Amino acid sequence: MKEKILEFENVKLIYHTVRGETVAAERLTFSVEEGEFVAIIGPSGCGKSTLLSLAAGLLTPSEGTVTRRGSVGYMLQRDELFPWRTIEKNILLPLEIKRRSTPQAREEALALAEKYGLGEFLRSYPAELSGGMRQRAALIRTLATGPDILLLDEPFSALDYQTRLSVTKDVSQIIRREGKTALLITHDISEAISLSDRVIVLTKRPATVAHTHALDFGETDPLKRRENRQFSGWFELLWKELNQ
Amino acid sequence: MKNKLYSGEHRLWLKRRRIRLTVVWTLRIGLLALLLFFWELSTRLGWADPFLVSSPSRILGTVGSLYRDGTLFYHIGTTLWETAVGFVLAIGLGYLIALLLWWSDLLHRVLEPYIVVLNALPKIALGPLIIIWCGTGSKAIVFMTVVVGIILVIMHMLSAFLETDENKLLLLRSMGASKLQILTKLVIPSSRVSFISMLKVAVGMSWIGSIMGEYIVSRAGLGYLIVYGGQVFKLDLVMTATCILCLLAAAMYFLVVLLEKILVKNTHN
Repeated sequence: MKEKILEFENVKLIYHTVRGETVAAERLTFSVEEGEFVAIIGPSGCGKSTLLSLAAGLLTPSEGTVTRRGSVGYMLQRDELFPWRTIEKNILLPLEIKRRSTPQAREEALALAEKYGLGEFLRSYPAELSGGMRQRAALIRTLATGPDILLLDEPFSALDYQTRLSVTKDVSQIIRREGKTALLITHDISEAISLSDRVIVLTKRPATVAHTHALDFGETDPLKRRENRQFSGWFELLWKELNQ
Repeated sequence: MKNKLYSGEHRLWLKRRRIRLTVVWTLRIGLLALLLFFWELSTRLGWADPFLVSSPSRILGTVGSLYRDGTLFYHIGTTLWETAVGFVLAIGLGYLIALLLWWSDLLHRVLEPYIVVLNALPKIALGPLIIIWCGTGSKAIVFMTVVVGIILVIMHMLSAFLETDENKLLLLRSMGASKLQILTKLVIPSSRVSFISMLKVAVGMSWIGSIMGEYIVSRAGLGYLIVYGGQVFKLDLVMTATCILCLLAAAMYFLVVLLEKILVKNTHN
């Protein structure tokens, strides 16, 4: 059996405000295995971003445990590139933060940028790049430190539809080619189906796992998956489960 | 040469724009010339008493006599020095305090009401205290300048620091950044635009501070000339000092704008 990179066991999380407390998640158990692409979908307001913060170790569960083997790379809705840094400096930012900015590590990160077509933009500033290119730069930045698991927080939702389809394909290919483990959180059913190996459906607050489905498309290209006959079947099923 | 590449319409647009700029500048300078002309004319023709309103020629004469005394640059230098030192100190100290308040939420919460009260307090009320604490020299005036400017610097910079993009903070935290790293890699660079706008306001504040200081205590400086001129009813002196102040304040403001151009060119915000 493959190693579990991320494991949630009976996680409970309580949110505190002056007006009272909210249980955001309860008895939440799931895991992500090495090399797997898992998507989590849930009704709006089920605390998806909270879940990623738990996975990244930015929040501590009130009960239960979150176990991570290795380091995480976080990718957000917007590219969040720093406008005052060049693309090169943005990509090298996590190395600087982790104080691992050795010549070799820098070279590896920049080679990755080169490999995925950012070579000519390294000296440009983010404002000079298209939305798709910026998101690609954000992915390379996430990959720069060689994280063991990627946490994707609706990374395509800020893009327009056209760009979104091509960037989704782009990012999926890069992640698959680099053999990365990924956990995607989204409210977009078709995105979850077109990208992942396994879909986890959450309930309304307090969030817990309602269903888990392994997707067997035998195909990882998100565009081809969208054309696949199974696609609409999965979509209907997940849509029903989300609205239960 | 470059124009040959453009279409006729674009060349026309450029030309119109140039004409418009010329018109604006001509009118700006013309308005000043007109004001000066009528000011002079009205005193010459006896419509207004030059003893009360002075006149451009009398101002020039006063500048000349101050220059011959050797006191012109002494007074200008004194005020300029006090203003500049107060400006730099207010910004330096204010920025540091804002950083501290950003760093410690507890400190921020504890001190917030004090800052609000100090901001609302008319600083001139501190005049007598400042004389007693700092004496009647330049020290008192610099102190006044700092007191007037520093609260503004603190409030402006603190709110800029606190407005740092939540998502970018989250991103850095997910990379395991320390608080110092968050400060140097994100909070300070992303507040650069606010820093410049704060400088522009602070320039005005430090002039208010230094002139106010010179009104209360001083034996030299433009504020001193204004107060002295008022007391002995030499309005030529008052007007002269005021005009020089206008020029200096404008010059200092343009220096800040120049600084802005240099900084913004390198920020890509």
